[in-house]
Amino acid sequence: MFEWLLEPLQYGFMWRALLASAMTGVICSVIGVYVILQGMAFFGDALAHIILPGIVVAYLVGWPLAVGALIVGIIAALGIGALSRRGELREDTAIGIVFAGSFALGVALLSTVSTYAVDLSHILFGNVLAVSAQDLWVIGGLGLLVLLTVGAFYKEFMVLAFDATLAVVLRLPATFLRYLLLVLIAVTIVVALQTVGIALMLAMLVTPAATAQLLTRRLWRMMLLAAAIGSLSNITGLYVSYYINIASGPAMVLVMTAVFLAVFLLRSGRNRLMENGDTARNAA
Amino acid sequence: MNSFTGNDAPHDAQAPALSMEHVTVRYGNVTALEDVSFILRRGDQAAVVGPNGAGKSTLFNAVAGIVKPTQGRVKIYGSGPDRHICIGYVPQRNRIDWRFPASVFDAVMMGRIGQIGLFRWPNRKDREKVRGALAQVDMLDLADRPIGDLSGGQQQRVFLARALAQEAELLLLDEPFTGLDEPSRQAILTILQRLCAAGATLLVATHDLQQAGELFPLVMLINRTLIAYGPPDQVLTSETLGRAYGSRLHIVPAEQGELVLTDTCCSGGRVPVE
Repeated sequence: MFEWLLEPLQYGFMWRALLASAMTGVICSVIGVYVILQGMAFFGDALAHIILPGIVVAYLVGWPLAVGALIVGIIAALGIGALSRRGELREDTAIGIVFAGSFALGVALLSTVSTYAVDLSHILFGNVLAVSAQDLWVIGGLGLLVLLTVGAFYKEFMVLAFDATLAVVLRLPATFLRYLLLVLIAVTIVVALQTVGIALMLAMLVTPAATAQLLTRRLWRMMLLAAAIGSLSNITGLYVSYYINIASGPAMVLVMTAVFLAVFLLRSGRNRLMENGDTARNAA
Repeated sequence: MNSFTGNDAPHDAQAPALSMEHVTVRYGNVTALEDVSFILRRGDQAAVVGPNGAGKSTLFNAVAGIVKPTQGRVKIYGSGPDRHICIGYVPQRNRIDWRFPASVFDAVMMGRIGQIGLFRWPNRKDREKVRGALAQVDMLDLADRPIGDLSGGQQQRVFLARALAQEAELLLLDEPFTGLDEPSRQAILTILQRLCAAGATLLVATHDLQQAGELFPLVMLINRTLIAYGPPDQVLTSETLGRAYGSRLHIVPAEQGELVLTDTCCSGGRVPVE
């Protein structure tokens, strides 16, 4: 058993991949709690795709990819926030237009490069085995920033997610908080880019948080549980990908989806048992 | 911004709890409220009635400072609503996602977040306030219960406890009795009366004219403009109701007086936050 766990660790890249996966799992899942409580799954998916041109341009001019992604991500998050406040279009329509247009621009730019196919698949599905020591610092630094911000505004974000009217009546800086959350989601996406890539980002944001919501009904516990589920799923997924030789990002997502399904089925099975128990008692 | 200090705006004890002076609210070309003026004194309890889309929600949003009047002024104890954290807002229960991961205690603590201020955590005093508020609505034994497990009446009491924990002096309640059974309704009413005795001022939107007339010393009848305001027997007459409800009102002669039928089965005309 131990050998099985330790064998991959003889490689430096596996160590870095494990660290990156674990950190990504924690950060995505914590922000993911807000994403699902506020019904922002579509926004998260869109934002992940929207940053593609930023990544490609950074790649073409030789900047760190995270810088390009961060700039485009933050601009897009704020832009969508402003667009949907004007109320001329439904929010999901506005997001949809920016989502598809920006993604197309990114793919078009990338198609000018000769290694197009390989590069695109790495950006779409991640390449956690290629994480460098420098990438780890970026992931750790940005991740810490996100977690500290969530901690600092924990109670304000809770009010905003539960009852936005109360946030206004308590004179909380509601607009500032709303934009801050959008920016946090953008930063989180950049953190997770290397690990899962653009196309599967949504799973990191939504699945562990949704699993945690099935298991607890307190906000802080939901965050801790989601973080644990997210990071353990990612680590497990990485081992699975090592041993059965499949792509690592999809392996992680498949593990967390399996965890979700298991929890979902166990819970509905237990509920049915309890209902049957009640019926039996009532009949007796 | 007020929440950085956690202090309420100053109150002028001589000024009325709430006053509206010629308030008009427009959304684009649509006039939701026009030239509304009234005064509520400390401890007053007023029901707000009117047909769907009459501007009840807009009125509440203007009082709470959620929408700014296009013209006119709203004053709470002598100053505009923007800096007051003493306005308690009890939303309609169906506007809340009750699957939200919070205990009863957490939900009531949310009312104190204005006073606590940014970058601070609840201290012992805050927790005592929350427990005191829960005790006042007879919910202390359910403090650790997830809010998703509560009945309709219990949900409503959580909101009232939240307003109590907030130390709200002006309470806006949006259809608080809708969908509640008679005992729950009575329980809520008793709590409201206790609050008023302690100096809170109430503004309650309801679609139920009979309830408004029987339960509240003051009734405000609106349909975009303020049609009548005063004691129920002066406000709820067939003449004023006819003006408020127009063709949607049917007055049927009954054994004792008149029977009034309106179409306001459900609340509507809601305005999104901001």
